[in-house]
Amino acid sequence: MSPVAMNAVCRNFWAAFFLFFALAAPPVFAKEAQQHLAQPLAADPVVEKRLLAITEELRCLVCQNETIAASRADLANDLRREIRVMIAEGKTDAEILDFMVARYGEFVRYRPPVNPTTWLLWGGPFVLLAGGLAALIAFLRRRPAAAAPALSAEQRRQAAALLDKQD
Amino acid sequence: MKRFLLPLIAFAILVGFLAMGLTRDPSDVPSPLIGKPAPQFSLPQLDDASKSFSPATMKGRVWLLNVWASWCVTCREEHPVLVEFAKTGGVPVVGLDYKDKVADGQQWLAERGNPYTLTAVDADGRVGIDYGVYGVPETYVIDKTGVIRMKHTGPITPSVLKEKILPLIEKLSS
Repeated sequence: MSPVAMNAVCRNFWAAFFLFFALAAPPVFAKEAQQHLAQPLAADPVVEKRLLAITEELRCLVCQNETIAASRADLANDLRREIRVMIAEGKTDAEILDFMVARYGEFVRYRPPVNPTTWLLWGGPFVLLAGGLAALIAFLRRRPAAAAPALSAEQRRQAAALLDKQD
Repeated sequence: MKRFLLPLIAFAILVGFLAMGLTRDPSDVPSPLIGKPAPQFSLPQLDDASKSFSPATMKGRVWLLNVWASWCVTCREEHPVLVEFAKTGGVPVVGLDYKDKVADGQQWLAERGNPYTLTAVDADGRVGIDYGVYGVPETYVIDKTGVIRMKHTGPITPSVLKEKILPLIEKLSS
């Protein structure tokens, strides 16, 4: 192996070596940071369980397809902190949901309530299903009329003759 | 010809819905706070932490509350528009420095000009939560009785200012 190639191999080795630690390190730090943040109430599994149940019902507005339970956004972190405080204050789940809706609107709820503005949202799929069924029934009813006309006596005889020949 | 009519109508409706969807901004969530009194708070001011600011002191005036931060990239885009507005707009603009370090906020204003009558410091973001802030910059138009009349999420562009904010300020001021 030429010295140049050797050099390249060494460089790659060291690059891989450092990359490995660079990739391995952040989760460790993140975990420490999380433990640090969650320290005061994390010790109480009941609070954490309720927090998880509530935050899984809530949309993170920063990354809209994530729940507040799952999101790593700064705002989600702050909101989890607020909800922990509210749980510690003895607020009910309904009160905590109201707190969120009052600030961020019904959009934060993954299961929006049924009201005139959400009728289409809740009813839409069933309307489409009913429409599809109606279209299917109409189609099936029309089909027999369009079926091939019955065979004449002559055609029947011909068919029978052909089938006999096969045997 | 008739058998194509129904699928065609269904397709046209679908296209209509999709076309409407294209014109909307999914990140713009309507605020439930519009028409409600602006949440009260008392926060230290950016220039002088010994002084505090509370929205109650703005009663009787139309004013803007602009949520910004030195770490916020889009705020840089918005800032010149605000600086210009402060010269001619005629209503006070109060800044809310959201989840920021005081020194960073001060430096930011020193470098880029200060359009704010004053800036309140929301270091832990608690006031931001009360105002339903989810994407800095955000701007609230608050009327003389302290009711939020409009919220704009995202940077204020010259066209947003001219078409949405200025007409509303004029209406509320009269």
